[in-house]
Amino acid sequence: MTELKHIRNFSIIAHIDHGKSTLADRLIQQTGGLTEREMSAQVLDNMDIEKERGITIKAQTVRLNYTAKDGQLYELNLMDTPGHVDFAYEVSRSLAACEGALLVVDAAQGVEAQTLANVYQSIEHDHEIVPVINKIDLPAAEPEKVRKEIEDIIGIDASEAVLASAKSGIGIADILEQIVLKIPPPKGDRDAPLEAMLVDSWYDPYLGVVILVRVVNGVIKKGQNIKFMAGGTEHLVDRVGCMRPKIETLPELAAGEIGFITAQIKDISQTRVGDTITTVKNPAAAPLPGFKEVQPVVFCGLFPVDANDFDKLRDSISKLRLNDASFSFEMESSAALGFGFRCGFLGLLHLEIIQERLTREYDLDLITTAPSVVYKIQLTHGNGELELHNPADMPDPTKIDEIQEPWIEAVIYCPDEYLGSILKLCQDRRGIQKNLTYVGGRAQVTYELPLNEVVFDFYDRLKSISRGYASFDYYQIGYREGDLVKMSIMVNAEPVDALSMIVHRGTAESRGRGMCERLKDLIPRHLFKIPIQAAIGGKVIARETIAAMRKDVTAKCYGGDISRKKKLLDKQKEGKKRMREYGSVSIPQEAFIAALRMGEE
Amino acid sequence: MNSGADLSPPVRGRGDELLALYIHWPFCVSKCPYCDFNSHVREGVDVAQWQAALLVDMAHEAALLPGRELGSIFFGGGTPSLMPPALVQSLIEQAARHWRFSDDIEITLEANPSSVESARFADLALAGVNRVSLGLQALDDDVLAFLGRAHSVTEALAALAIAQDRFARVSFDLIYARPGQSLADWERELTRALGFGTGHLSLYQLTIEPGTRFETLVRRGDLVPADDDHSADLFDLTRQITAGAGVPAYEISNHACIGEQSRHNLTYWRYGDYAGIGPGAHGRRGAMATERHRKPENFLSAIVRNGNGLSVERPLDPETQAMEALLMGLRLAEGLDLERVAARAGVPQSALIDDAAAQRLTRIGLLERDGARITVTPQGMPVLDAILADLVAIEPAATA
Repeated sequence: MTELKHIRNFSIIAHIDHGKSTLADRLIQQTGGLTEREMSAQVLDNMDIEKERGITIKAQTVRLNYTAKDGQLYELNLMDTPGHVDFAYEVSRSLAACEGALLVVDAAQGVEAQTLANVYQSIEHDHEIVPVINKIDLPAAEPEKVRKEIEDIIGIDASEAVLASAKSGIGIADILEQIVLKIPPPKGDRDAPLEAMLVDSWYDPYLGVVILVRVVNGVIKKGQNIKFMAGGTEHLVDRVGCMRPKIETLPELAAGEIGFITAQIKDISQTRVGDTITTVKNPAAAPLPGFKEVQPVVFCGLFPVDANDFDKLRDSISKLRLNDASFSFEMESSAALGFGFRCGFLGLLHLEIIQERLTREYDLDLITTAPSVVYKIQLTHGNGELELHNPADMPDPTKIDEIQEPWIEAVIYCPDEYLGSILKLCQDRRGIQKNLTYVGGRAQVTYELPLNEVVFDFYDRLKSISRGYASFDYYQIGYREGDLVKMSIMVNAEPVDALSMIVHRGTAESRGRGMCERLKDLIPRHLFKIPIQAAIGGKVIARETIAAMRKDVTAKCYGGDISRKKKLLDKQKEGKKRMREYGSVSIPQEAFIAALRMGEE
Repeated sequence: MNSGADLSPPVRGRGDELLALYIHWPFCVSKCPYCDFNSHVREGVDVAQWQAALLVDMAHEAALLPGRELGSIFFGGGTPSLMPPALVQSLIEQAARHWRFSDDIEITLEANPSSVESARFADLALAGVNRVSLGLQALDDDVLAFLGRAHSVTEALAALAIAQDRFARVSFDLIYARPGQSLADWERELTRALGFGTGHLSLYQLTIEPGTRFETLVRRGDLVPADDDHSADLFDLTRQITAGAGVPAYEISNHACIGEQSRHNLTYWRYGDYAGIGPGAHGRRGAMATERHRKPENFLSAIVRNGNGLSVERPLDPETQAMEALLMGLRLAEGLDLERVAARAGVPQSALIDDAAAQRLTRIGLLERDGARITVTPQGMPVLDAILADLVAIEPAATA
């Protein structure tokens, strides 16, 4: 048992690529958690995708033992939090488990929007912030400029910021010492009834569901009957421990400590992030504050390219869901795409991650339909309210009294030379400017935007117009009424359900025109000419025509060698399997994905 | 040599049809930049050894195709006009010992229109060759150089005149849809070509084949092939001009006066039986597909080892046979008889084509149906491959 005064719980706040994972690895190494040989780069990011993208999807913790200059042995719990706005709620729970944070800023790139959002959250949790200026050994490093930025933009004292290079091991000892000196120890009462916050959970094939907890009051140990206060289920604790980062079993976790428990749980949806764990025998009077049900925000359909892969897709989705309760799915059938699933995600990155894992880890070829947000529809004649997840389910306009769409507040942070085009992008996307400030050659602009304009291709556009220098962060601010209509795309007079989308009336025409032009390039010529139309209700708002194919013939076919001709036919037929038939038009699956990524150059 | 007769596989109902014999001579003086045929450049070819090998290979096929009447022989290559006439003669004589020749047997030899080769035309005619197919390719010296041909236009026209003098039937090849070739250019060249008065013309659009020098040039951006729309215009123009001159297309790229069609090539397109001997030659003996070793050296050692040059001998299932018959037959202006295709392959007629696709294609004027006969229309011919992909109902899995 460690005394409270010898415990420090902290997280690391950093923009992607600013060196969070490398720093975490260094701290583990320096405190002896892993030998040199055991260090694989970026120990904490378990999944391939996490490693590749340098982002954290699941919260992780690691316990470090550190003997400080005062000669005392400290227990440092490092919480590696998810680094993306899609996981804002998970982030808030991880932060709630800590008393302080290391703020890591790249010495060459300075403060980014994402860092800002996270550091403000951290400050809201009353965290003590320890600034670290990383990558100081880069030729482009400007530590003094960055130090001033931290003070000007974030408003915290950075005079004692540690100058470090996680990669070269510079400043690591100073960081450890500052954690002990600056971050306050946790408070808590080990004799009170158990109150532990469920920080995150994941499915392990050997251990079942592993739950990451921060004990606020009381003690949790093996053999206890525990209860999830929001979830309502009861379980028997069969293992208590911490990560170093290897699993280490402990006799107990007491107030102030972070660690994990297992309790023979198979279904991850029983373990809700933010829930309060208490004992059955001596329960806490009230749950800890801050629990929220996680709701998917972005929806899209996932269909197997090869209809025979439906069962495989269902199994794979179920397996992924084992580890990610925030992702929802239900079966969906589309006239042309066959059977698939309507899936809900926390945001676009979450969508992309799931899609990529299905493709990569489960070897599935997928068609993804246009991402859509959840609309609230008031029906006429008091027929109640409807939540619309799929444009295909849009009721007849005569039955709709009012449609509401989700709005977000977005903070964009960029070098000011790109500001003009970024403002234009936001205006084009029906944005309402709320704030605009400049700090040292950088602009910070705040906009209210409809989420449906953002899920479309906002992020891609933003990256391209700012050459990757703009950073972007958002949170939801509720629902507002919108003049929204369903736009259908018709290919050879047949509606293509997978391409229909809900758009604002004011942008429908340009959206429709863009889509038709795009499809004209994406759908190969056929033996007949193909009209492509965008329509609202019965009214066509844009059209293009794909001319009929004029030449496709093998000029020379003799010498009796039929095998080549046959191979060609086989190839053509195989190619058709990767296409979807609408009317008599074959649309390549790439077209579905590419059509939605509309450039506006 | 005919003692193998009892072992031959049953040739279902085809025994009465004329057989075709293809003989491949794999050697060329140099490789043309557009050609992906089985051709090889070798120093000094041992004629005696090749004669013996081809005779052995022929005997092997003859034993498996006994009692048939031979309707055509075709010497292809490579450059068969490089074969000594005595070798050609011995092969023809040997074929006559194996099979009965039909009265009007067609014996074609592909020839380069060079002075060296035209000097042999008289001897080749004496050897029994009665039709030549000359690789003129173009009527422009610059283009001939671009195509890697060794002859000049003057030389080629002299060779053509000699051929027309020596052989009953003469055909020649031209390559069009060349980079930068306009409709007017081609009209002039084709009109001139028709003026030579041959009864048969093979007019191929330049196709960039994988593994050729032209493919490399295209990949590097040094050669820009004609685009599809222009190629289609050239194709239409070709059909129009040749039809006007009384030499209409009877196949995608082949044009002939009445009665002057290549009987040998019609055997392929009508999916009749053909024995193929020599390196890389393909053959069909009823349901059996055959292929010979492509590389000359491998072919020769197979002859020594096995008494034949076979590298592949594979029975084709009924579906594959039907599919092949469709792929080949629909290239012909005459179309094909689905009832006959179904009966010969042994599959139900309903399994051959996708009826909905056929109706759609008929509606847009690319296909015609008259009872069991289906014909791709002249409008459909330039997009035949796409039509086949729609129309042929037999799935690739069944053809594996």
